[in-house]
Amino acid sequence: MATTSQPDMKATIKQDHETIILVREVHKYYELGETRVHALRGVSIEIKRGEFVTIMGASGSGKSTFMNILGCLDKPSAGRYLLENIEVSSLSKKELAAIRNHKIGFVFQGFNLLARTTALENVELPTLYARISKAEGEKRSREALALVGLGDRVAHFPSQLSGGQQQRVAIARALVNRPSILLADEPTGNLDSRTSVEIMDIFQNLNDEGLTIVLVTHEPDIARFAKRSIQFRDGRIHRDERIQTRPRASEVIQNLPKLED
Amino acid sequence: MDLLAIVRIALRALGRNKMRSILTMLGIIIGVGAVIAMLGVGQGARQTVQEQIQAMGSNLLFVGAGTVTRSGMHMGWGSTKSLIYDDMLAIMRECPAAHTAAPGSSSSGQVVFGNDNWATRVNGTEPQYFDIRTWPFQEGTSFTQNDVEMAANVAVIGETVRKNLFGATDSIGQTIRINNLPFRVVGVLVPKGTSAAMGDDQDDIIIVPITTLQKKMTGQNWLRWIMVSAVSRQASYAAQQQIAALLRDRHRIRPGADDDFFVRNLADLADVADEAGRVMTLLLASIAAVSLIVGGIGIMNIMLVSVTERTREIGVRMAVGATERDVQQQFLTEAVVLSLFGGGMGILFGLSASYLITKTLGWPVLVSPVVIVIAVLFSMAVGVFFGFYPARRAAQLDPIEALRYE
Ligand SMILES: Nc1ncnc2c1ncn2[C@@H]1O[C@H](COP(=O)(O)OP(=O)(O)OP(=O)(O)O)[C@@H](O)[C@H]1O
Ligand SMILES: [Mg+2]
Repeated sequence: MATTSQPDMKATIKQDHETIILVREVHKYYELGETRVHALRGVSIEIKRGEFVTIMGASGSGKSTFMNILGCLDKPSAGRYLLENIEVSSLSKKELAAIRNHKIGFVFQGFNLLARTTALENVELPTLYARISKAEGEKRSREALALVGLGDRVAHFPSQLSGGQQQRVAIARALVNRPSILLADEPTGNLDSRTSVEIMDIFQNLNDEGLTIVLVTHEPDIARFAKRSIQFRDGRIHRDERIQTRPRASEVIQNLPKLED
Repeated sequence: MDLLAIVRIALRALGRNKMRSILTMLGIIIGVGAVIAMLGVGQGARQTVQEQIQAMGSNLLFVGAGTVTRSGMHMGWGSTKSLIYDDMLAIMRECPAAHTAAPGSSSSGQVVFGNDNWATRVNGTEPQYFDIRTWPFQEGTSFTQNDVEMAANVAVIGETVRKNLFGATDSIGQTIRINNLPFRVVGVLVPKGTSAAMGDDQDDIIIVPITTLQKKMTGQNWLRWIMVSAVSRQASYAAQQQIAALLRDRHRIRPGADDDFFVRNLADLADVADEAGRVMTLLLASIAAVSLIVGGIGIMNIMLVSVTERTREIGVRMAVGATERDVQQQFLTEAVVLSLFGGGMGILFGLSASYLITKTLGWPVLVSPVVIVIAVLFSMAVGVFFGFYPARRAAQLDPIEALRYE
């Protein structure tokens, strides 16, 4: 059932219009004693392979709730979610774990790195639960860290890394099992603008290689690097539009003041 | 995930809380350690008992007066009056497997020398008794056969009696009073120490001619026991048979009726001591079980704490693809590593303790490899049993709830 996520150009072109995520009328309620919080009020969306989508919206509009559902971490209260044409609600816990392990890479709003565990070991975490050897897992983890520009920080603990570096470790972890979808919940929140653009550069490159990306952000400056922008308001999709003129993050960086890393 | 990776993760997690891990293991360490130590000492003691019994002479036989049941009450051994001096003579005469025999009777006595006063057991016998028991003298000699014939007031004393009555003064030739009768001390026996089998002080004794005891002290003419040495070790079983047959015949016991005496050879005695050792082992096993359960509950408690503390970590692991089984294995392994480490340290601790104890007592250390293997298996089982519930709790966490946990 797995389709490859290799950056093979022919495959990418062929599958360009294949729907990878299909969400229909999804609701999510939280029961809090007497009151019921309606976090999602009927969200429908279709995302094709190779898309780069940003989700924006006010705080509390349901973005994280939606991302958690996309990431197979949470289940909708109502509605359907098809991931690569598979009805997610029909999957067992074990199958969901397998999907989280190699189909989806998730970058959390708070980095969610393991404390007192080196950057390398944090990145290796998903490989431990994949059917690959320890050596292969370590090799891929080093590659992933190099990709996000942290090749020289493998032995650092999260507490010894800056916020931007921690976020990049979290991105490397999300990429290490070569998923076909990357879900990132405010990966540039709390980061300075230069670091944010650097991270967007990484994402643009990955997207060019065929990775489907869904990214939550508060900042319009960041959202413009994507191909499509979705606005959430009060648990509903308020606006959904293509981005016409998309700047390259690599070019934008040139014009930003240089910072000490 | 392969086992090695799981164990490595478990070691890391436990290493982060070294103090807590060690305190948690303490229950298992003490439990396993105590059992290993006590088993080691117990085995050593058992071996010592067997050696002491062997040293008494493996061709030794003990004939005791039997029990009588009077109006439904057991009177204890030695209460029949049917064992007599002539029985001993008959054994010497008619049992070819019997080599030497000594008659015996006993009483309690209050002994006085000068201002010193001592309560002890007084045995009456004949001089060959000391040969049969291979019990030499440290000073003086035995009373003679002539003393027996004359019912002379002479006494041989054990080391404990000597120490309490005479201390540093010379005892040979002194006159002591036993139950107000004057006796001349002719010999002091070499100390034998505490009997490991019975736990009584074998040196707390006075031995006088049997005739003196019977005629002047107890007024009884029956015997309490006869000590016999067989012609050889191999002959001791034959001697036992011959003596039993002879005494049944002499005491006119009908076929099917109970004996009014008993004959023991030392092999039997060794069995009794062995049986006592087995009971002790069983007792130790139950102590072990209790301490392992207590240790196990300690592990369960700390694992539950650990699961709560690491809820977020569990959430992260699940979010990146750990299955319920992976999480369960991880926590179960931690519990087993804890209990196995505890067990291992307990074994070391127990071995050194039993070595120290036995060294002070002069017994050999005996810890069989089987005991160690069992200790290891048991501590592992404790880990699995008590780690299961916390691990299950961890595995059943909901990933999103776990990630939100503060
Ligand atoms: N576990 C929960 N229990 C109860 N209510 C919740 C829970 N999680 C989210 N909510 C509510 O659901 C709504 C949507 O929350 P969500 O986290 O999706 O917002 P968000 O768009 O990600 O906000 P932000 O931009 O601040 O991250 C909020 O009103 C929030 O209070
Ligand atoms: Mg959010």
